[in-house]
Amino acid sequence: MSEATAGRADSGNLDLRGDALRVLDHNELFGLQEYVQQHAAKRELEAAPSDEEVEATLAWSRGWEYRELNFAREAVVVNPLKACQPLGAVLAALGFAGTLPYVHGSQGCVAYFRSHLSRHFKEPVPAVSSSMTEDAAVFGGQANLIEGVENARALYHPDMIAISTTCMAEVIGDDVGMFVGSAEQAGALPVGFLAPYANTPSFVGSHLTGYDSMLYAILSLLTKDASPDAVVDPAAGSRPRINVLPGFDPYVGNVREISRLLDQLGVDVTVLGDHSDTLDSPADGDYKLYPGGTPLAAVTAAPGAVASLPLQAFSTRRSRQLIRDTWGQPVLDVAPPIGIRNTDAMLMAVAEATGTEIPVEVTAERGRVIDAITDSHPYVHGKRVAVAGDPDLVLGLLSFLLELGAEPTHILCTPGDADFEAAAYELLHASPYGAHATIWTGKDAWHLRSLVLTEPVDLIIGPSYLKGIAREADVPLVRFGFPVFDRHHLHRYPIIGYAGALNLLTWIVNTILDELDRKAPDYGLDIVR
Amino acid sequence: MRNPSMRQIAFYGKGGIGKSTTQQNTMAALAEQGKRIMIVGCDPKADSTRLMLHAKAQTSVLSIAAELGSVEDVELEDVMREGYRGVRCVESGGPEPGVGCAGRGVITSINFLEANGAYEDLDYVTYDVLGDVVCGGFAMPIREKKAQEIYIVTSGEMMAMYAANNIARGVLKYAHREDGVRLGGLICNSRQVDNERELIEELARRLNTQMIHFLPRDNVVQHAELRRMTVLEYDPAASMAQEYRTLATKIDENTMKTIPTPIEMDDLEQLLVDFGMVDSDDGFVAQTKAQELAAKALVG
Repeated sequence: MSEATAGRADSGNLDLRGDALRVLDHNELFGLQEYVQQHAAKRELEAAPSDEEVEATLAWSRGWEYRELNFAREAVVVNPLKACQPLGAVLAALGFAGTLPYVHGSQGCVAYFRSHLSRHFKEPVPAVSSSMTEDAAVFGGQANLIEGVENARALYHPDMIAISTTCMAEVIGDDVGMFVGSAEQAGALPVGFLAPYANTPSFVGSHLTGYDSMLYAILSLLTKDASPDAVVDPAAGSRPRINVLPGFDPYVGNVREISRLLDQLGVDVTVLGDHSDTLDSPADGDYKLYPGGTPLAAVTAAPGAVASLPLQAFSTRRSRQLIRDTWGQPVLDVAPPIGIRNTDAMLMAVAEATGTEIPVEVTAERGRVIDAITDSHPYVHGKRVAVAGDPDLVLGLLSFLLELGAEPTHILCTPGDADFEAAAYELLHASPYGAHATIWTGKDAWHLRSLVLTEPVDLIIGPSYLKGIAREADVPLVRFGFPVFDRHHLHRYPIIGYAGALNLLTWIVNTILDELDRKAPDYGLDIVR
Repeated sequence: MRNPSMRQIAFYGKGGIGKSTTQQNTMAALAEQGKRIMIVGCDPKADSTRLMLHAKAQTSVLSIAAELGSVEDVELEDVMREGYRGVRCVESGGPEPGVGCAGRGVITSINFLEANGAYEDLDYVTYDVLGDVVCGGFAMPIREKKAQEIYIVTSGEMMAMYAANNIARGVLKYAHREDGVRLGGLICNSRQVDNERELIEELARRLNTQMIHFLPRDNVVQHAELRRMTVLEYDPAASMAQEYRTLATKIDENTMKTIPTPIEMDDLEQLLVDFGMVDSDDGFVAQTKAQELAAKALVG
């Protein structure tokens, strides 16, 4: 509480309450005397331990003894940095034009996906559910699904309904494929209506698995007639075309950036799927239910492209396999194009696959970012960083941090697997700056707390959920990845390509400089940094 | 390599009817003919492969998963055993009665087997499925791209026939598509009920299928079971072994795969009446034996 607020609170509530136009923020509101008293009463009612005891326990929980107990923990997960499978499936569905995400399960699940995505993207997220209740759990959800798709079609007129499942539907073993057939027989869906479905139980995998399963379902349904021989692109102009798979991408700016970059190479792009316009639509006074997404005809033509470029690997596993094996199309398996080296490698792979050349404008852009890195380098070099997030974003970021001479120290990837560990290990051990890093998969944010409190870092980079840990460790947090709920508009910028590298550099170095200023003694508060 | 002509078969039937025994003996006979076989037990008791392995319950997919913490940590070698004549055996396993969800266990196990390449180089995969079709999990083996043929083990006992009819209803649900599941036939595992052969033949006719084989009751099955063996291994010369060989050949050469036409409960009861379980079809309900005899005496 600031002194000014404390003064007001002490002076009574009436001053503040009297001005109806003045809206109190949380910091002010809960500093009011009535809340302070309420809080004290609650502590008394709950027989809360004394402040001293709380402090002593907290201090113990910040030490090595607690860290070891924490890492021996088996039965409890505290703030895992991953989300549900169908959340990913909903995002994948939003990447396609006229597509309504449909979640076969109870309403609460869908409310969570919608609010979670809305809080990150700051956009409305249309999605519907089967509204399964206890009777559906007993008798199966077929009746719910049939009525649900019928209602959804009548109300929202989608071109495609992308069906994912929740844990309840999966536990009772609902066979969504058969239900879709039954819906056709019952006349709830016209025969042949596009209704791809994915089994997305959240007791396995993560939002990345769910994203991949839904993308796979959509791609395989829309291209089921594609064969390896049919390399004819009806949309083919004079320029080569490639498919770009953004994966579970929290940055809508990324899709626009990759299209811009590849356009400079003279390459046309089909994005599979493009949720950038769906989740970043203009406010023109007219609400559109389906403001964006890749046109379905473009998906059908996708097997005719020269190659496919996934920007993420871990959220596109099955989809890449489909493209390679069923479409017979080359997949450019490059590292996520975050940072200079990875962007270089990506552009060279695209240039080689499409027979194009990287133009001087792109080279100049690269040079400008290199220049910027050189300018900021003294402040970033040698900084110890804790990084947490989804596997592809973390791998891309690690590569960039090593380029900057920062020292990744604790790497946390809750949905990471052995492949992630191997890739991260290789990356980190190829650089002197990464050699001391430790990689943690399957661990949660509470583990990270122990890590940064026992082996301090200068900076944490990761999702909003880490802000409490950052405050406790007294280090700044650079918001990165998914979800970012508490800082605005970061997701509208790209983090891939050279422009993305510049954005990341800006956020990272300015955070470091802010912290430097904040902690600077008066004589050290330099104007020039 | 996955054998494109691999056949996937599921055995269903009322609990205690002899599914596991019939299946293992029949598969042993097919193995004798040089077929490459995998048996997937889908019963939480995990006893579908006991006669092949000469052991009680083998290590099941779910028990290993529970031990290691996650199905993702399980390796195929941990759960697949080779039994009699190289038949590959896997048990899905499941929770103790009264807790958890056995149906989900079946789904988890079958997904695990698919993801880990258990289906390579096989001529037959058979699923031994607990009791009646009770939930989505137990229907898993008959879903898309899994078992294409169902054999229902039954007897002339009313409840076994009732279960058979119910299973036919379950199969019908999955039979819509052109490549959907089909009923291969009823296997009558005799309980020495009156007119049993005719009764099951008629039930098969009503269900739009066939009684593919009538297995007589023979104590040698019991003797072999006690020794944890199939009859084919325990006493290959026994006439019962020959019966299983015949059944195996009939399944191997079976071309009659149909969409079942389940019947109503009343029709099923009528069937029993028609086949001479009682003398009169009128007013026999809730008559005791003494009342029946008295009525007969009056008529007489």
